[in-house]
Amino acid sequence: MNAVEARLDRIRGRVAPKSHNARTIAALTSNPGCARRAVMDAAGVDKQRLASYVGFPARFGQSQFAIGRGNAFESQVKANGCAELLRLLREQLALAIPEVSYDNLDDVGGNTSLPVRHARTRALLARAASSAEDAGTLFDHPLLRLEVGGRPVYLEPDLIAFQLRGSFHVVEIKSFPVIDGQADGDKVAAAVIQSAVYVHALRGLLTEIGIGQHAVSDTVVLVCPENFANRPTAALLDVRRQLTVLRRQLARLDRIEALLDVLPDGLTFDLEPDAGGVPRRAPAAVADAIGLVEARYAPECLASCEMCFFCRAEARGRTVSLGRDVHDELGAVDEVSIVLGLADGAAEPSVEQAEAAEMLRAAARLRRECLGDVA
Amino acid sequence: MSTVVALARAEAVSRGVAQPISTVRHLHIAGRPLVLVALTLAGEANAPLAAMVGDAPESGHLLVVNQPRNRDQRFAFAAELAHIVVGYIESFQADAGMVRAGGRGEERRRFTDAPQLFVPNPATAGFVRLLGRSTRFRRPTGEYAVDPAVPVLGRWLTFLAERTEVPGSCLLLAATQALALHWATGQSAVEDLNLAALMGWIDPPAGLTGEQAALAAEDPVTWPPAGPATDPTFDNEVLAPLITACSRPHRSPERQQVAVINLRNALRDQLTPTWKLMWRAIDLLRALPAGARVAGRWDSDKDAFTGYSEHLRDGGPPQPRRDSAVAAASRLNSLERTQASYAAQRAFDDPLVLAQYRLTGEAFGGVVTAAEPDRVDATGKRRKLRPLITVLTHDPFRIDQGTAVISPARPGQSARVVSVSGEAAAASVVLELAGGMGRALTAAPGSVPAIGERISYTTLTDSYQPRGSFPDRADTPWTHGGPPPVYVPTQDDVTEDWS
Amino acid sequence: MSARDLSAAAVDEVLSLLGGRDYRGVVVDSPPGAGKSELVVRAARELADAIEPLIVIAQTNNQVDDLVHRLAVATPALAIGRLSGHDYQPAPLVSQHAQVRVAQQVRDLGGCLVIMGTAAKWATVSEGYWRWAIVDEAYQMRSDMLLRIAPRFSHGLFVGDPGQLDPFTTVEVERWLGLTWDPMLSAVAVLLRNNPDLPVRRLPVSWRLPQSAAGVVAEAFYPFSGFVAGTAAGERRLEFTTRAFGSGAVDEAIELAAETGWALYEMPARQTIRTDAEAVAACASIAERALQRGMVARSERAPGGETVDPGRIAIGTAHRDQAQAIRARLGPLVARGVVVDTANRLQGREFDLTIVLHPLSGRRDATAFHLESGRLCVLTTRHRHACVVVARAGIPELLDAHPHSDPVHINVPAKFPDGWAANHAVMAHLANHKVRSR
Repeated sequence: MNAVEARLDRIRGRVAPKSHNARTIAALTSNPGCARRAVMDAAGVDKQRLASYVGFPARFGQSQFAIGRGNAFESQVKANGCAELLRLLREQLALAIPEVSYDNLDDVGGNTSLPVRHARTRALLARAASSAEDAGTLFDHPLLRLEVGGRPVYLEPDLIAFQLRGSFHVVEIKSFPVIDGQADGDKVAAAVIQSAVYVHALRGLLTEIGIGQHAVSDTVVLVCPENFANRPTAALLDVRRQLTVLRRQLARLDRIEALLDVLPDGLTFDLEPDAGGVPRRAPAAVADAIGLVEARYAPECLASCEMCFFCRAEARGRTVSLGRDVHDELGAVDEVSIVLGLADGAAEPSVEQAEAAEMLRAAARLRRECLGDVA
Repeated sequence: MSTVVALARAEAVSRGVAQPISTVRHLHIAGRPLVLVALTLAGEANAPLAAMVGDAPESGHLLVVNQPRNRDQRFAFAAELAHIVVGYIESFQADAGMVRAGGRGEERRRFTDAPQLFVPNPATAGFVRLLGRSTRFRRPTGEYAVDPAVPVLGRWLTFLAERTEVPGSCLLLAATQALALHWATGQSAVEDLNLAALMGWIDPPAGLTGEQAALAAEDPVTWPPAGPATDPTFDNEVLAPLITACSRPHRSPERQQVAVINLRNALRDQLTPTWKLMWRAIDLLRALPAGARVAGRWDSDKDAFTGYSEHLRDGGPPQPRRDSAVAAASRLNSLERTQASYAAQRAFDDPLVLAQYRLTGEAFGGVVTAAEPDRVDATGKRRKLRPLITVLTHDPFRIDQGTAVISPARPGQSARVVSVSGEAAAASVVLELAGGMGRALTAAPGSVPAIGERISYTTLTDSYQPRGSFPDRADTPWTHGGPPPVYVPTQDDVTEDWS
Repeated sequence: MSARDLSAAAVDEVLSLLGGRDYRGVVVDSPPGAGKSELVVRAARELADAIEPLIVIAQTNNQVDDLVHRLAVATPALAIGRLSGHDYQPAPLVSQHAQVRVAQQVRDLGGCLVIMGTAAKWATVSEGYWRWAIVDEAYQMRSDMLLRIAPRFSHGLFVGDPGQLDPFTTVEVERWLGLTWDPMLSAVAVLLRNNPDLPVRRLPVSWRLPQSAAGVVAEAFYPFSGFVAGTAAGERRLEFTTRAFGSGAVDEAIELAAETGWALYEMPARQTIRTDAEAVAACASIAERALQRGMVARSERAPGGETVDPGRIAIGTAHRDQAQAIRARLGPLVARGVVVDTANRLQGREFDLTIVLHPLSGRRDATAFHLESGRLCVLTTRHRHACVVVARAGIPELLDAHPHSDPVHINVPAKFPDGWAANHAVMAHLANHKVRSR
């Protein structure tokens, strides 16, 4: 274990690191400028638990109905050796798949440790990749490995990698519907960047065994329910843009020392559990510790990060809490109180604030003119 | 987003309550709107779970699907909803008159009033659109027959949902959007999508600041979500056991009835707070004075309603799933013209909206400092009355010489920028006026701005834009894939799964 | 193969595809300054020579007039019709040619083998059928325009620059996303999605961009096609007739740009309003200084060198108010000819020296508008000699902090070049040409 890993362990405290999955890795791209998030994710901090402990529990629960539907749909697609999926690949995507075999990589003879499963995945994929036959193979429950921030992360997706003419395609099964050829743009975006994580990991694996990353296609297959029924439909999605972003963000995470260097040495989010496991550290002290790592809050965080309410409370009185576009329109002045002071002429603008002040005064004048003394 | 609106948000933070961003109401609020609050089952494609609908606060009708995955129960829900909604809509087909409208002023028939559907938020408008899609292709006869009102409901819901894309249309309104058009809160636009939080800022309960009210509104236990998505904790702890109880077989009728009543009560409790909030929102909006051009836009809505009523009466087909090439291009053309017109109309109706354009240089306002009301232009064949006025403005002036501008105070009169002098913060603009002064060579009294009058001008116009010409559908060119196949209702439409 | 040969071969291939009649349409991708207008004129000549009635469609009146003039010069005997709107005043460029007839109705142009007009005017014409149409700036024309004009012709040559600004609308609806005939897409995008077998060729040489710019522009904005400069290193030079007095950052930037073709004039990192006074002043100062220093441009066009007068210098911005602020700061230089405008309005124009106020300068967050690759592409491809980019420090950091949360839609091909990646590529290149303002 190197110095960085040791540092991250200290920051996290005496709990096991929260394991990453494709969703959390994909989330690295959703607010890359936030140091607080970067440090917490690199250290494997349980953000939900931490946020609750300091009095700002997030509300990111999942309805069992949604979970149930997701599992049922996935089972349906994969039933009978992925019969439905093969039909889709043949009919809808016009992919000529002559012979297809189905390999369930979950079955490793009772030994389910992650490294063993990963080794089996490597072996089978290597064999398939070097096979001279033009055969297709569906690999169910492959276990991939990715280095994130210097630490290995095992990715156990519901994806199926299949091989077509020497090229592996990632398949992603999601249960949001495609209606008349259109699906929710945010949900597709999330699926696409998660798929990019798998493509990236699979490329890493194939490179390791000497086959090269071009064996993994940058086109992924997205399988969703069609219209209002449960029958699946498939779409091909290009993930090149997401791969570019992901590679760059993973590289930045590798350079996390830069972020850690500015933090005090003894910084920790440890909750100091007693012998029975009950946390004893004062929540206020934990909150102070969190405050030492700078955040980059924007209202978009409310939909994507468990620390959102804590950071929102911290951002109270700052113009970013009103939205990025509002912050922009207010001349990039950080504090609401300063905005108002500049607008009614009560505050003397600094040299840098001169132009913003002029614009705010004009806006204030216009509001007063239209609303009378009420404004 | 304009600096004027952004400043209003900052002011809201400081004053603890939402601030007005308009001086008039820019939407028509019906005398008898139909309010709809709906909930769907998580994880499904628009599976209705429950709804509350009615045209008065005390007449909220509760509809519940005991087993949301059961196809028959879904269609029963659709039928029940259809009878209420279609009944409401058709009640407006009783009264019609003849009016002159359109670019050439031709006579046409128009219903004297039109229905208005009010939903809490854009996501519920999406529910309306999808419910319309899943029902409008059904048939009342044949193997998969549904209640005859169901396909009619589908077509009307689709019609209303498509009208939300038309700027200024008020046939289907989302409360969060309608309120956000008139008030700026001290939170972000993302948070404004929560109706209870938005209303907390606009109309906080006594003793609470807007911020405190909004924070309280985020607790799903006291303020259940406005829908269509339910709260996941509610789903897991309350809803799931109740639904299971309703679908357990071999229960005595009494036990079954108790289970159903429990489910209905739980869902009523989820819907009622939003239901009440909706009617309060309608009251708040109604209290604002209507902008001068709101009635004209409502006339366009009435024309659309009349037109679609006639389409249905004549047995017209349901709306297609996707637009053909010609339909798409034609619609984009129409939407762009309507958007430009709507923006201009709001600016003309409301000085606070015009203020946004005054900061970007598309408008300016100030005081008339000089006037030549009798100036005549004798250069052409005929002598024309062309008064000159000078306006002193402190707004950032960025309009080029020679540009045509219009004043909201005298929309029938055109003005042209002749010259500008002075520095940035105090420009004197000389304008030449034409029209709107009567036919003589002396201006009618009051038709020329007088010295000392406060006045504003803008480059925005609401002049009639003729519709672009588009080829017939059958003449769709090869560049766009050639003519599309003619629509033939198929078995697929009818048998399409709704599971 | 010399650049000239490369270019000629590409043009010949396009013309033979047209003559071959195997395809209903041919698309030609033309990078900045690649000789698009020459191709349009040559194609028109060849079709006219073969007595094929044809129409030519461009996007603005200026573009139409320019093509009318060039065709008239190339074929003095040809009767050319100039179809125009009711408030069009014929420019001297057009009226000097006796063979050109100007009218508002097609029927008044009978006898003209070639009729040229703007897309907006052609969209109002509902009768008449020509065998051929040549559409210029087809990537900048919106597909709904093409829908209205396409019934007028049987075969088409579509020429344009795929790297520049896409057509846009202010209407925000999602209902057409994924349709192959989405009216908000460009004309070429819809044409190719519905006719994927049409040949697409590219003009391989930029005659405008110097060797110092071709590589970075091609890599950033034309990742799949690429192109080369028509001139070799050293063939384009900028020299000064006066020396710098004192060594300020402005002089340093101009000298670096003259020597290497690029300079990044970098001001300290700060968040500012759009009309950042320091940035506005910097853009104006650089233009003023370049004129004061008496710049002389040597090129294959003027081996003896010609003075870079004000009309050969342009300042490009993302927003109108930025352009206005810079014009106000320049004062009398604007009247003397220095061009200051937004990317939208600089499209198609060419200068010796350009100064660019970087769209992301002074911003805390990037928006889709500011990241749009077409905007930066237009701004950095107007110059024949050198380009100075004015920006506050912090742009690569802003790009790295940018949250990638744009929606993705099914059946909508991913847009390349990606604006975020293109911006990174340009900044990486400019990092080697940095001059700090203080």
